[in-house]
Amino acid sequence: MHDLRFTIPAEELNREPFTRASPDFSKKSALMVTDRGYKCRITNIVPLSEHERLFQLRIVDPRERELFAFRPGQFLMLEVPGYGEAPISISSATSHREFIELCIRKAGHVTSALYEARPGAFVAVRGPFGTSFPMEAMQEHDVLLIAGGLGIAPLRAPLFWINDHRDHYRNVSFLYGAKEASQMLFAYQFEEWKTVSHIDLRTIVEKPDEKWTGRTGMITSLFEEITIDTKNTWAIVCGPPVMFKSVCTHLDKLGIPMNRMFVSLERRMHCGMGKCCRCMVGSTFTCLDGPVFDYWSVMNLKEAI
Amino acid sequence: MIYKVISKNEFRAFVDALVRANTSYGPRQVDTGRNGEPVYQFMPVSSASEIAFDYTVTTSSAKHLIMPFREELSKFRFRDGDWDQEVRYDAPPIVLFGLRPCDINAINILDEVMLNGPYPSPYYLARRKNTFIVGMDHLPLPDCFCRSMNRHTVSRGFNLFASDIGESYFLSINSSKAYNFLKEFETTEPTEEDDCKLIERRKLIKQSFKTNVEVTGLPMFLDLEFDSPIWEKWGNKCLNCGSCAMVCPTCYCYNVEERVATGLESSSRQRRLYSCNLIDFAEVSGGHNFRPKNGDRLKYRYYHHYRGFAINDNQQICVGCNRCGRTCLASINPKEVINDLRLEKESCMTCVSPSPQRS
Repeated sequence: MHDLRFTIPAEELNREPFTRASPDFSKKSALMVTDRGYKCRITNIVPLSEHERLFQLRIVDPRERELFAFRPGQFLMLEVPGYGEAPISISSATSHREFIELCIRKAGHVTSALYEARPGAFVAVRGPFGTSFPMEAMQEHDVLLIAGGLGIAPLRAPLFWINDHRDHYRNVSFLYGAKEASQMLFAYQFEEWKTVSHIDLRTIVEKPDEKWTGRTGMITSLFEEITIDTKNTWAIVCGPPVMFKSVCTHLDKLGIPMNRMFVSLERRMHCGMGKCCRCMVGSTFTCLDGPVFDYWSVMNLKEAI
Repeated sequence: MIYKVISKNEFRAFVDALVRANTSYGPRQVDTGRNGEPVYQFMPVSSASEIAFDYTVTTSSAKHLIMPFREELSKFRFRDGDWDQEVRYDAPPIVLFGLRPCDINAINILDEVMLNGPYPSPYYLARRKNTFIVGMDHLPLPDCFCRSMNRHTVSRGFNLFASDIGESYFLSINSSKAYNFLKEFETTEPTEEDDCKLIERRKLIKQSFKTNVEVTGLPMFLDLEFDSPIWEKWGNKCLNCGSCAMVCPTCYCYNVEERVATGLESSSRQRRLYSCNLIDFAEVSGGHNFRPKNGDRLKYRYYHHYRGFAINDNQQICVGCNRCGRTCLASINPKEVINDLRLEKESCMTCVSPSPQRS
């Protein structure tokens, strides 16, 4: 009988560096990313509103903490062992490497499980994934940040970035709208952003309660208050699709080029690595080509809005 | 590539030795269909006598032997309020015998998808590297349209490919492993006559296609027809069962789910193949579904296969095996859908600018 057993040496297959290396986003890397996440301890949970909380995580392993570097606008896959994984945008400052902050709404399976967790519990994160806001290109220009509701979560990272490099940016305005005053997130930081970061911060509420003394109406009505130097302005818009569509249409009418308006999309995701195809929008992946898209691309993507 | 000729009996002996020594999968008749026709599937085989050498095509593709329907990505072991994550991606070597050119082409497409891009998959690589593929050509079924997709021949992605030239097989040897195995068996250098026979065989296969699907310029047609009513028409037929994706050799979209062991001591993260026709494919937490209608989901599948996305942009990942068409409970098949789509556009074009001969 002929012996035809063949094998490939095991060392060719199980290469340990695959598992822990962080991929290089600037070029197509040959690194293999497995399913291993960075183990994190939940260090603090801050209630922000009825349905939103800020989770502060710390990567346990110091070497992994060093590897986890992200850019404003990127997201990570948050794993609650035993429940599953969900894509969450990173809300903390890129320069602050000790902790990761995630602003999470209790919405689905994984986030509900996370809401049961207490500080000290262990979760895992994979990432960071996706594209980021072009913060370098925005230098020496005006920046207009517009957020609606939970849309402030991905905008915190660029806000912190601008705070860290305030000299490089000209006028920075931040318009923030919410349905109700109680749903306004991070209100405790508004003064800091206004006075320390010199950001022209304006808020508006759609349905005011008795205590609300500020402006009421849709977010687009805030445009009447500010003057926009359309030739030198970059815009970042985050919020529900209805909101960013009306805001971007408005900005387009004002004359800001579409490729200088950035939006962040959200889709269902199962891998974050462009394989599972769940986050497909039009003919691109939200996880690889997004979540940050310029408005021109979004306009040209089928079924994006 | 090295070419050899082997007699049919000797080839059988070779296959027997190969499948006896290794974990092997080959075509076997598993059942009889509605009209008495045999139903073949890729099943574990341990000797050449179990293999149906002259099978037509299998109902399911060979995809699930390289991308299993369920595969563990990692495992969490719980202990004292803490956990450890264990990742394994080694795969035992397997032999896949009797794949058709379309099946091998499909694996080549999966290679491109899973091993390209910024995040190549180590799980897929481990399996792919440990797979020994022996291909065989065949005469097409009446509804095969792989020739239209230009996938009726294959030049890479296999270790050994056997073309039937009457009394013997014309072997294309594409790996040193296969070459070494064959040293033990009696093969001859192809003569001029053998070459002629191979060309005749290829001609015969090429001429035997009865189904033609016109795919030239299809990506553009699909973009133009994004809001076409034909999607609703076919969508209304679709039952959202996902059978098409199950049998398709290139459908690879997946779900990742977590399964907690009954003893609560561990939880396994598993990748499960999914179908874009299933209702919750694009549903996000909070209940919003980005593709709520049958037609939207059906259209998405056609977009993925004939327009191509991201990594395989503008590349058609359909290989034309028509497994989805044969399996569909609602008789939706790619040929009719694409023809419908083209008909709509072409009638519209002639309506706008009638050709001079006709007026």
